[in-house]
Amino acid sequence: MAQALVQVRGVSKSYYRDSLEIPVLRNISFDIPEGEFLALMGPSGSGKTTLLNLISGIDQPSGGDLVVAGENIARMSEGQLAKWRSQHIGLVFQFYNLLPVLTAFENVELPLLLYKLSKADRRKRVETALTIVGLGDRMDHYPRQLSGGQEQRVAIARAIVTDPTLLLADEPTGDLDKVSAEEIMTLLSRLNKEFNKTIVMVTHDPRAAEKAHSIRNLDKGELA
Amino acid sequence: MIPASYTFRNVTKHKVTSTLTIFGVGLVVFVFTAVLMLAHGLFATLVATGSDDNVVIIRKASQSEVTSIIMREQADIVSTFPEIKLGQDNKPLFTNELYVLISLVKRDDDGSSNVTVRGVTEKSMEMRPDIKILEGRMYQPGTAEIIAGKSISNRFKGCKVGEQVRFGSRDWTVVGVFDAAGSAFDSEIWGDIEQMMDAFRRPVYSSLTMKLNDPASLAAVTSRIEGDLRLQLEAKPEKEYYAAQSTATTQFIMIVGVAICIIFSFGAIVGAMITMYAAVANRTKEIGTLRSLGFSRLAILRTFLFESFVISLAGGIIGLAGASFLRFVEVSTVNFNTFSELAFNFRLNGPTIISAIVFAVVMGFLGGFLPAVRASRLKIVDSLRAT
Ligand SMILES: Nc1ncnc2c1ncn2[C@@H]1O[C@H](COP(=O)(O)OP(=O)(O)OP(=O)(O)O)[C@@H](O)[C@H]1O
Ligand SMILES: [Mg+2]
Repeated sequence: MAQALVQVRGVSKSYYRDSLEIPVLRNISFDIPEGEFLALMGPSGSGKTTLLNLISGIDQPSGGDLVVAGENIARMSEGQLAKWRSQHIGLVFQFYNLLPVLTAFENVELPLLLYKLSKADRRKRVETALTIVGLGDRMDHYPRQLSGGQEQRVAIARAIVTDPTLLLADEPTGDLDKVSAEEIMTLLSRLNKEFNKTIVMVTHDPRAAEKAHSIRNLDKGELA
Repeated sequence: MIPASYTFRNVTKHKVTSTLTIFGVGLVVFVFTAVLMLAHGLFATLVATGSDDNVVIIRKASQSEVTSIIMREQADIVSTFPEIKLGQDNKPLFTNELYVLISLVKRDDDGSSNVTVRGVTEKSMEMRPDIKILEGRMYQPGTAEIIAGKSISNRFKGCKVGEQVRFGSRDWTVVGVFDAAGSAFDSEIWGDIEQMMDAFRRPVYSSLTMKLNDPASLAAVTSRIEGDLRLQLEAKPEKEYYAAQSTATTQFIMIVGVAICIIFSFGAIVGAMITMYAAVANRTKEIGTLRSLGFSRLAILRTFLFESFVISLAGGIIGLAGASFLRFVEVSTVNFNTFSELAFNFRLNGPTIISAIVFAVVMGFLGGFLPAVRASRLKIVDSLRAT
């Protein structure tokens, strides 16, 4: 059998406040197969964001191994991780995290600036990504000129523009009204089905979790 | 690379802080530029006083004409040198001059100041072709008539055409005003040397000036002077002679001025630093976002350094532009080498422009460095948790 796209092996993570160790994740192991749409749920403070940060390589585990697409990112240096992220990871945040001084187009273009691409190639990709999320007509708008749902769709376009291996979303509907949340969930399932994107989504919202294939629950740093 | 438009738009977005910071840097650069323009203006004025092929001869070891004494017999020997060019009348382009400092009363505030009076000969004008009579006429040799440089004429009582001024226990009538193209001669009064020597009871000359056939024959003149034991004199190109006169004053202006600017610059650097620390604090989450997309620590460092560079460059350009208007201002100072008043303009030149911009950019770099380092050292997870 082929290996899973993401292999989490005995991962633990502790934060230190003064010299006090605060364990957040304890000995977590699980696989995420390619094409999966996984919802991570659990009470506040259970370590969901922390786990997602480890898989996305913006933080590193205190112990264990994390193999993504055949590479053990737990052993990478910070510089290697930055490059790896730009090639393999698309991130979607609860509060969209768009840069307010850049237009929708420029925000989506940002990750492509780390690639050797001509301006025309970048334009083509950005236009494609924005069309997929249904904002082909809002490219020159600044974030403050968009609704929350539209901002989140721009953020999703930014996350998919490099065609990443993994799409990771931390409470992507957490700041949205019901209708916009519905639209975002529809968009994510479409990306999973039509474009075969592997998605890991942290959520508190059971209605959002319904769209996922499988659900994992975290409690006090352990998988339930 | 994080796009430059990200930087420009953040600078223009925070109008108040950016404007204040730019203004702070601009003010320091303005003062800095003014100091350099002042020093350069003084230098250029004195250098412009000399002609390329003129040689000034003064007594050995006297720094300027003020302390120089030359006997008539010595002047006679020098006047026969074969290197001297002949004028239209076939006579050598050679002049012996008297240099005296007098005190005159200013027009505007009744204060008095030292002014140079130069006793000249009929060749003096011909040897300095840049000097033109602006108003009135030339003095008549053998009379108590004088002509005044245009800077003197405006600033001192009794120095306009038709007026009378008293010095050397005589009343002199101003019959003309001359324009010496911004050189030090503009700050002098000229009259017949024989009349001046008589009035001041000075039987000796202060300097000799000769025009050479060929500027390269300076070496021949120098060795001729050194070979003659009767001549305890030294020859210098006129340009060099006047350039040397500016050193004491320009050095004074530069040392005091630059020291003041460096003290001021601390204020501007701290201002830039506060602005940049605020920018980093306000954009912590953006920094985390950029890093999470894959931008390196170095890219973050560069962006924030570039931002303070843009701010300081804008300040530098504004300060420089403001200072460039000083070109239209005439100032006067005491020339520390001759102790006479000298009028001149602020002057802007290439090296001044470059120094001002470099000064601005260095301030921006010093102010922006620590905030940029802080931005680049933030941990991604921590900066994403910022609100
Ligand atoms: N950078 C950090 N430094 C110290 N403690 C941290 C840090 N990040 C998270 N923690 C702690 O780790 C625990 C888990 O945090 P995490 O953000 O992963 O929880 P979560 O499941 O995402 O919660 P929520 O549903 O509220 O977002 C919390 O107790 C939190 O205070
Ligand atoms: Mg969380």
